[in-house]
This record gives sequence, C-alpha cells and structure tokens, in this order.
Amino acid sequence: MEITLTHYLVLSTVLFSIGLIGVMRRKNLLMLFFATEILLNSVNVALVAISHYYGDFTGQMFAFFIIAIAASEVAVGLGLLVLWFKRYNTIDLDNMTSMKG
Amino acid sequence: MFEAAAFYLFAFLTIAMFWITVTTKHSLYALTALAAGMIFISAFFFILEADFMGVVQIIVYSGAVMALYAFGMMFFDTTRELHEKRVNSSLVFGLSGMAALIIVVMVSAPIIGGNIEAHYPILEGVGNSQQIGMVLFTKYLVPFEVAAVMLLVAMIAGIIMAGRKMDESYSELSEEEINTKNAEGIA
Amino acid sequence: MEMYLYIALFAPLVGSLTAGLFGAQKKTMFTGLFASGMLFASFIASLLLLIKVLQGNTYHVEMMTWIATGDLYVPFGFVVNQVTVTMMMVVTTVSTVVHVYSIGYMDHDKSFNRFFAYLSAFVFSMMVLVMSDNLLGLFIGWEGVGVCSWLLIGFWYHKESATWAANEAFIMNRIADLAMLVGIFILYWNLGTLQYDGIFAAVAGLDHTITVTAAAFLFVGAMGKSAQFPLHTWLADAMEGPTPVSALIHAATMVTAGVYLVVRMNPMYDLVPEVGIVIASLGAFVAMFAASMALVNRDMKRIIAYSTLSQLGYMFVAAGLGAYWVALFHLMAHAFFKALLFLGAGNVMHAMDDELDPFKMGGLSKTMKGTFWMMTLASIALAGLFPFAGFFSKDLILEVAFVEHHYILYTVLLLTAGLTAFYSFRLAFLIFLGEERYKLFGFHPHEAYKYMLVAMSPLLVLAIIAGFLFKGTYYEMVIAMLPAGEYHVHNHLVYWIMTIGTQLFVIAAIVYAYKKYQDAKIDKKVEEGFFYQLLFNQYYIPKIYDEVFSKPYAELSKMMWKLDNAVVDATVDGIAGVFYGTAKNTHTMQDGSLSSMLKWMVVGLVALLVSAAVFIGIVTNADAIMKLLGH
Repeated sequence: MEITLTHYLVLSTVLFSIGLIGVMRRKNLLMLFFATEILLNSVNVALVAISHYYGDFTGQMFAFFIIAIAASEVAVGLGLLVLWFKRYNTIDLDNMTSMKG
Repeated sequence: MFEAAAFYLFAFLTIAMFWITVTTKHSLYALTALAAGMIFISAFFFILEADFMGVVQIIVYSGAVMALYAFGMMFFDTTRELHEKRVNSSLVFGLSGMAALIIVVMVSAPIIGGNIEAHYPILEGVGNSQQIGMVLFTKYLVPFEVAAVMLLVAMIAGIIMAGRKMDESYSELSEEEINTKNAEGIA
Repeated sequence: MEMYLYIALFAPLVGSLTAGLFGAQKKTMFTGLFASGMLFASFIASLLLLIKVLQGNTYHVEMMTWIATGDLYVPFGFVVNQVTVTMMMVVTTVSTVVHVYSIGYMDHDKSFNRFFAYLSAFVFSMMVLVMSDNLLGLFIGWEGVGVCSWLLIGFWYHKESATWAANEAFIMNRIADLAMLVGIFILYWNLGTLQYDGIFAAVAGLDHTITVTAAAFLFVGAMGKSAQFPLHTWLADAMEGPTPVSALIHAATMVTAGVYLVVRMNPMYDLVPEVGIVIASLGAFVAMFAASMALVNRDMKRIIAYSTLSQLGYMFVAAGLGAYWVALFHLMAHAFFKALLFLGAGNVMHAMDDELDPFKMGGLSKTMKGTFWMMTLASIALAGLFPFAGFFSKDLILEVAFVEHHYILYTVLLLTAGLTAFYSFRLAFLIFLGEERYKLFGFHPHEAYKYMLVAMSPLLVLAIIAGFLFKGTYYEMVIAMLPAGEYHVHNHLVYWIMTIGTQLFVIAAIVYAYKKYQDAKIDKKVEEGFFYQLLFNQYYIPKIYDEVFSKPYAELSKMMWKLDNAVVDATVDGIAGVFYGTAKNTHTMQDGSLSSMLKWMVVGLVALLVSAAVFIGIVTNADAIMKLLGH
C-alpha cells in the first residue's frame, strides 16, 4: 500500500492530539514539559514528510531549527523548574496560582 | 512494501510510547517512554530519506534533552506516584479529538494545489547531509548563527539559574552541616 | 392688541410656573399673591379685549406652527372673537376671585404653594381651550384641564378617597375623550383641516351621516367633561378636593367646556337637528335626575355639585335646541352664582372644621352674617327670581323650550326649576336658620377673613346685575357669531302667565322648604322610604359601575400581571441568566492555574480550527453555495 503524504500528516495529527491531551491533563510541571516535547516532535514529523514529498529542503531546515530551539527551551525551562522547586518545594500546577485574577 | 510495513510499525510504537508518557502515574516510566518515542521518531526521518535529521534527532533529543530531563528528575522523589487532581476527562479527550478530527479532515481534503514550486529542490545523486550542508551554510547562514547565540544564552541561563552556591561541595561537608543546611531552607 | 391676547393667555402660566418653583417648600405668601396678581393681569387683558370686541374687532394670531406634515397643518393659533371673549371674561373673573379667596382658605395648609401652581396651570389650560382656533388646540386645553383637575381633586393625596375620586374623574373623562378624538378624526378625514374657519366653511358640503356621526362623537366627548349621564358620577365625588377647586373647576370652568364645545361648533350642530334633539333631551333628563338626587343629600358640597349638574343640563337643552347664545348666557350667569355658592360653602366648612352635614349646623346666620347674605342671594339667583341673573338666563331657556314647541322638555325643566329652588333653599335654611344644632357637636364657628369676603363680593354683584345689565349688550355682541334667535312668545298673555306662573311656583317651593327645614325636623319614616333610599344612594349607579366595570377590569389586570410576570420578566431574567451563566463558566480563565489556561488555549485552538474549516469549505464551494441560495 502506497504511503502518501496524507498518512504522515494523519500520524502527525494523532501525535499532536496526544500532546494536547498531555498538556491538558498533567498537573505536574515536569510532565507538562514532556507533553510539550511530544508536540514539538509531531510537528517535526509533519515538516520532514512534506519536505520529502514535495522535494523541498525548507521543511528539513525548519525541523532542524525547531530541534535547536527545543533544546534550549528545555535547558531554560528546567532551570526555572529547579528554582521554583527550591523555593516552594512543590511543582504541582494547582499550587502555582499566583497569577490569579 | 517495506516502507509500508516500517511505517505502520513505527507509527504504532510511537503512538503507544507517547500515550504512556501522557497517562502514566509513574514519572520514571513517563521519562523512559518519552526517550523511546524520540528514537522511534527518528526512524521516521530515516524512512523519509532525511538521514541528517534522523541522526540529529537521536543525538540531540534522545541524548541531550533526555539527559537533561533525567538530571532534572533527580530532584524529585521518583518512587512516589503522581497524584493529580481529577480532571474532566471527557472535556479533555473531546477537545483533543475534535481538534484532531478537524485537522485530519482538512489535510485529507484534496484542496492543496498541485504545482508547488520548490525553493530549495532536492538534487539527485548527492547525499542528504551534503545537501543540507550546502543549504544550511549558504541560504540559512544567518538563522544558523542566531541559533548558535541563542544556545549560548540558554546554556549560561541554565547554569546561572540552577547553579547557585557552586562553590560549596556536598562531598566535603559533614553530615550535620548538610542537615542544618537543609533545615534552614534551601536558599 | 395681540399683546393683550398673549398676556391673557400666558400670565396664568407664568404664575403657575413661579408658584411651582416653591412647590415643595412651606407656605410663602408671595406665591399666593403673585399667582393672584398674574390672574388679575389676565383679567385686565381680557377686559380690554372685551372692550375691543364690543367695538366689533376680532383677533386671530398664529403663534407658531405645530404640526406641518403632509396634508396636515396645525398651528398654535389663537382667536379672540365674541364667543371667546365671553368665556375669557367668565374664566378670568371667577379665577381671580378664587385665587384671592384661596389665599385665605388654604391659609393653614402646608402645600399652599403647590395649590397655586396647580390652580394657575388649570386656568392656563382653560384659556388655551377657549382661545384656540383649531380642534387640536382645544383638545390640548381639554386634556390640560383634565390633568389639572386630577391634580387638584387629589390635592390631599394622602386621603385615599381623594385619590380615588381624582382617578375616577380622570378615567371617566378619558373614556369620553376617546369619543372626542374619534369625532376629531372623522372631521379631519373628511375635511382635511382642523381649523374652525376651514371646518365651518366646508362642513355644509359633507354627507349628512358623516356630520351626524362627527357631531355625536364630539358630543360624547362633551358629555364626559360636562358630566352628563351616564358619565356623571365623577362630579359628585370630585368634591373631595378643596372648596376653591370645586368653585373654579366644577362650577364655572371645566364642566362648562362641554357646553362651550357645542356652542363653538354650532355651524355643524345646526346641520344636524336630530343630534340636537338628543342633546336637549339628555340635558333635560340630567337636569331632573340631578335635582332629584340633591333633594335628600346630607353633604353640603354634594348638593351644590348636583345643582351644577342640573344647570348643565339646562345649558345643554338650550344648546341642543339651537339657542346657543342662550346657553352661553346661562353659562356665564351660572358661573357667577354657583362659584359664589361654593365659596360660601367653603366659608361654612372652614368655620365648622370641614363638617359637611347641614343637619349638624343651623343658626349660623347669627355668627356668619356676610356668608349668610351671600349664599342666600346666590340661591335666589339660582332659583331664578326676578331681577337676579338666574331669571334672565334660566327662564329664557324655559321660554326657548316653549317657543320651539317642545312641551315635554318645558314641563320637565319647569318641574326641575321648582326642585332647584327647593333644595337650594333647603340647604340655606338648614345651615343658617333655626336653632344652633352645632353647639351639640362642639363646633366654634367664626366668619371668614375680611378679604375673603371682599374677594367674593364681585361675584355677588355680578350674580345680581348680570342679568338685566348685560343681557342687551351681550346679545348685540354675540349675534355676530351665533345664530340670532328671538325667543319671545308672541302671545303676550301666554308670556305673562308663563313668567308669573314660574315665579310663583318657585316662590312656593321656597316657602315649602322654609316650613319644612327652618327647624330641621328629620322625618324618620321618610328616611326609610324606598324613594328616599334610592335618591340618597344616587340611584345605586356608582354601585352598578363598580360591579359591572371596575371589578372585572381589576380581575383582568391581575391576570395580565401574572402573564407579564411569566413571559416578560422571565425573558428578561433569562437574558441576564445567560450572561451570568457564561460568566460563571468562563471565570476559570483567570484563576491563575496554568492547567486551566492551557485548557482554554486548546478550546481556542479548536474554535479557530472550526472557523478555518468552515471558511475553507465556503471558499472552495462558493459556486455551489450561490446556486443553492438561488442566484
């Protein structure tokens, strides 16, 4: 059976929605970061697939830069997470309501 | 045919791994599943003849990013189960399902036109890494340099934020001093 | 000369507004004096205009345009001609007297200023009614006097009987106003104009049925204002208001507005004599009807009110039979002596701490000499004895009926004249003669202030002389406008028999009243009699109205209230509920929890996706959709 672009896009969509589920369900900040990683990866898959099927490098370049950015985001994010944990001793989202109102 | 088989296999595995990541109650399982999912994503890249991307995915994601997360996990008690307050599951699944459905419908509909002009066409005969190098260092040079600067900044930021009191070493302190340090509150 | 017109018209308004400024404050003498002063200015202006009109001038001004749309043109226009100036003199004279009188009467009332504001506003509305040159302006004045009458009847608003009476008056007037509006509409629809000149010029060309209908509807409107049967119950109840109000409104001005309307529209009523016959018959019936109810009443002001009702019937008989100038003359004379009667009754009430039952008074002639003479002379004028004013006007109406060969009407009116004399003197004798019954009830009467009596004296003088002094001049003046009818019985013998006979009949009635009531014996047997009860309860008509009209309407209103609650309020509350519910469900957007914010982000994402899908669908299938919509 021929694997067309549509297959990859459907896959990417499914992965993206799994990531959305994780973002909405998870109350632990670290788990939230994991779900964010899933989102980024699903997008990468879609971009590279499009690049392959249309014979254009733009997609792969984009995916490359996304990986770079994701890495730096993880670094900074974890730093902040550690700081918060040292201060409040919890990373439960329900306790992080200082932005209320 | 091989392509089809590989696709479906890795698709199934990836989806399974990521599902475990978002629904398990054990944080270590989530971490492990995420790492595995990353590797399976790279398999897709190899199927799609984007070798460079696949390798980068393994090195950066599974290697660096997962390592970072693993170090981050060391702060927390990973033997306890995560107790998360009950969330309206139907709302969550409903919203995500609807989003997925709409996107699938949109991408499946035959609306995308046929003639798309490729900006940077893939050449035959030349290896993928070589081509990426050609495009990256000529057309995408500026974004490349900016990304480099950004990574530098991120690194410094991470060190500063998490590395307070780097001059003190726990291995040289005695047991009571560590306890008093902890009792004072970690500043 | 136009300036005098405007002064006469607007001086009361100025007085009213100035007094209104002090409306909520304690009594200030200034308001009373200023309002009376303004009224006096209006009186002087009317007098000057009268002199000019006697010389043959008429004035017609158009102050400004009011409605000018399409074919409808209605200005704020005022006219001063012979009929108008007669009414103006009546209104301003009585109003000035009443204003000055009220300064004394409302002396101890805490709403002194408010009273003058309302009273002057009433005079202003009446002037608008009288001086207007088109039916719509008259209607404005009509409504204005209705409103001011409501304000004044219910002046002591904390008394529930007063507010009830005020509402009754206003609502009954409203019912009649509906008919009047229909009449005005009919006239406009067929004639295209509401100006008097235009109507009178064109009305002869109208189809007879239409004229009859319009005349009938306008008369129904007049019925409400002039309290003809069956819209008469409000007049007796309107005595809840202060006595000066009764004197001004319910004797001299507002209730005569109906007569004025018929007189003013005389070219039209001349074309439809059948409507005139109905008017005259109804008038005669009311005259007898009201007089019968006044025979047994034990409320001083009500007796005088029924007397007014009866005399209004007389006026309508004259107007219905085509003798418009006679009706107007009787209107004028009646205004003077009836107002005097009311003001005198006010003096008595003041002296007797607002007691109204004449059986509790008696022998007041010893303490209240001035009022005694005034009321007695006014009653004589009312009875129609020569040479007082009533003789010249009332007996003239009797002559009209006789000459026009309406012998039934004549008989009824004659009997009513006897009854009139009887009950008015019954009242006078009960109050002023006989033993002093009031001492049993602990009253300490005293005469009214000197200046109040002085204010009443012009009315007394006019009641005496208005007949033989003014009739000639008046007749010459008003013939210019109204049809001239010389109502003389040609046979001299018959004439003298009639006149002398009437006078003797009236005098006999007075003597009978004297014999019966000079010592105020109350015959118990008569009191329990059927007729007595019937008359005393006003033929039970108010009860009938209450059962047949008021109660079902109240039930209907209650039902409608429930419906309103269920439907309208529910809708409004529902809309508010939607907003409230939306707010309750979306306030989680701002509760600071990252998780809920992420959820809302996904909700927004889904919304955008849906709209994008819809948009793409529309764009790609644009042709099919247009075909579906039928283009």
